Amino acid sequence: MTGLTPRNFIIAALLVILIVLPVYAGIAGKPFLITLFTRIIILAMAAVSLNLIMGYGGMVSFGHAIYIGIGGYVVGILAQEGFLSGFLQWPAALLVSGLFAAAIGALCLRTRGVYFIMITLAFAQLLYYVAVGLDRYGGDDGLTMYRRSEFVRPLNMSDKTQFYYVSLILLFGVMALIWKLINSRFGMVIQGSRSNDLRMQAIGFPTYRYRLVCFVIAGMICGLAGALLANHTEFVSPAMMHWTRSGDLIVMVVLGGMGSVVGPLIGAVALLVLEEALSGITEYWQIILGPMLLLVVLFARGGIDGLLAKVRL
Amino acid sequence: MLLFLEQCLNGLQLGLMLFLLAAGLTLIFGIMDLVNLAHGSFYMIGAYFAATFTALTGDFILGAALAIAATVLVGMALEVIAIRRLYGRDHLDHVLGTFGLILFFNELVRLVWGPAGMNVPLPAWLNTHFTILPGVEYPTYRIAIILVTLLVALFMYVLVMRTRIGMLIRAGASNREMVGALGVNINLLYTLVFGLGTGLAGLAGLMQAPILTVQIGMGENILILAFVVIIIGGIGSIRGAFIAAILVGLVDTIGRGFLPDILSLLLPSRSASAISPALSSMLIYLMMAIVLVLRPQGLFPVSNK
Repeated sequence: MTGLTPRNFIIAALLVILIVLPVYAGIAGKPFLITLFTRIIILAMAAVSLNLIMGYGGMVSFGHAIYIGIGGYVVGILAQEGFLSGFLQWPAALLVSGLFAAAIGALCLRTRGVYFIMITLAFAQLLYYVAVGLDRYGGDDGLTMYRRSEFVRPLNMSDKTQFYYVSLILLFGVMALIWKLINSRFGMVIQGSRSNDLRMQAIGFPTYRYRLVCFVIAGMICGLAGALLANHTEFVSPAMMHWTRSGDLIVMVVLGGMGSVVGPLIGAVALLVLEEALSGITEYWQIILGPMLLLVVLFARGGIDGLLAKVRL
Repeated sequence: MLLFLEQCLNGLQLGLMLFLLAAGLTLIFGIMDLVNLAHGSFYMIGAYFAATFTALTGDFILGAALAIAATVLVGMALEVIAIRRLYGRDHLDHVLGTFGLILFFNELVRLVWGPAGMNVPLPAWLNTHFTILPGVEYPTYRIAIILVTLLVALFMYVLVMRTRIGMLIRAGASNREMVGALGVNINLLYTLVFGLGTGLAGLAGLMQAPILTVQIGMGENILILAFVVIIIGGIGSIRGAFIAAILVGLVDTIGRGFLPDILSLLLPSRSASAISPALSSMLIYLMMAIVLVLRPQGLFPVSNK
């Protein structure tokens, strides 16, 4: 882990790039880069949270994007109803996504393996239809936010550079939190339960409760990403929690490297930059991306982070 | 009452359609242990092939037969090229790899057939109404769908329970190494099973084609419904898939048909009309949640996995 391996060098370079990006965008006169990378950072936060349950806990949730939707809708609905303070909106987003994660997790965690994949997908679909049915808040067409969340001055979410750094600091905070978490006793129980749940139960851990708490934490972090995304796009719609978005999150985690704290960040940057680059080449870019995912599955199991870790100087 | 009967028939038709998809999914999962998200793509491809071949030949039945053959060929080719390499991998690998295939097939269809939807016209002899009871008319084509799917279900039963191939399929589901050790060509068997599954999905797609618009992504929503079916029925069980498919079809259709009326009795009409569309879309997912709470392995769990 320590020392200047190629992996550490690339990770350090990525972090430095993320930190100085707005400066570069300002000098080079490319403000769209800030918009693109804010989006990348927010989706990376969602991917990092999915990695907590998927990479460390072995819970492959195919419905993780609903917490983006829930967090986004809480902010959007509160803004619509005239509650603009971020001190109210963001904690509310965390709380509501945590409550939903608790209810969904309590049911889904009764199942395992492929049942878990499919039932999380089905619950995501259920909530997607709830959002489509929210006539008062735009239904299928979505809900435009006319004002971003308001905090005390000088913090101004409408300033693109400030919002970028707020998102980045929150992402780093979340990653540090997950790093602490997985190296704690709690994290050991979660990882033990992934390897052999029966054995963990036999030595006395109520693994269901541990896994449920882990599921709720991941849901809350993803809800925070949703609150950020709503502020970023100034728009919430059911498309935020479409099942393909959940698929994208899984792609980011596996592409970057499961079960590593920085893996999902690398994956999010790689996937979204790749999307941007491919869609510049051809309108039919998914015809290239699809088989690429298959190739990653077949030949690069540890994802990009896994490949980097193998490279020796 | 007459409306109720009609809705029951619609529900039965949806259920049988879901069975065609769910049977393929559950067969492929039961035997190859493969989670195939791309199954819905074959539903879409079957419908597109049907649109092309009926336009080319000018005959619906001939076009449908060609469409099934073409879908099975695409399916078996995909199995040989890509899917085969996923067997024995983690389920997460299946999810990711076949998710990539969905993206691929959606774009491929957009490239070949264009982004606009297509329609498949019905021949005149199917485009009539049939009097099932005095005063109750029902479209002949929908009755034809019900009959064809029932025949396919019967065919599946005979194939799996009464033939040598079926015996191998069942044996492969219980213990694949042993079947291989006894000298059966497992690779060929797997390719055939995958072809059978894609053929069923293609059949479902092409039969829906004259009712719905043929469009990109049409296989995805129904795929999720098929997942719900096999979760309720118990993954790997064809009998469970059959019963669960009909249950889901009936609950969904009758819920959509009558929930608004039932709710308007209980609630003020404005809030009833606001929540009933969302609630009726949610109904089958609620049913699935209840089944999973009571029986986490589904209604007909397969014990020997």
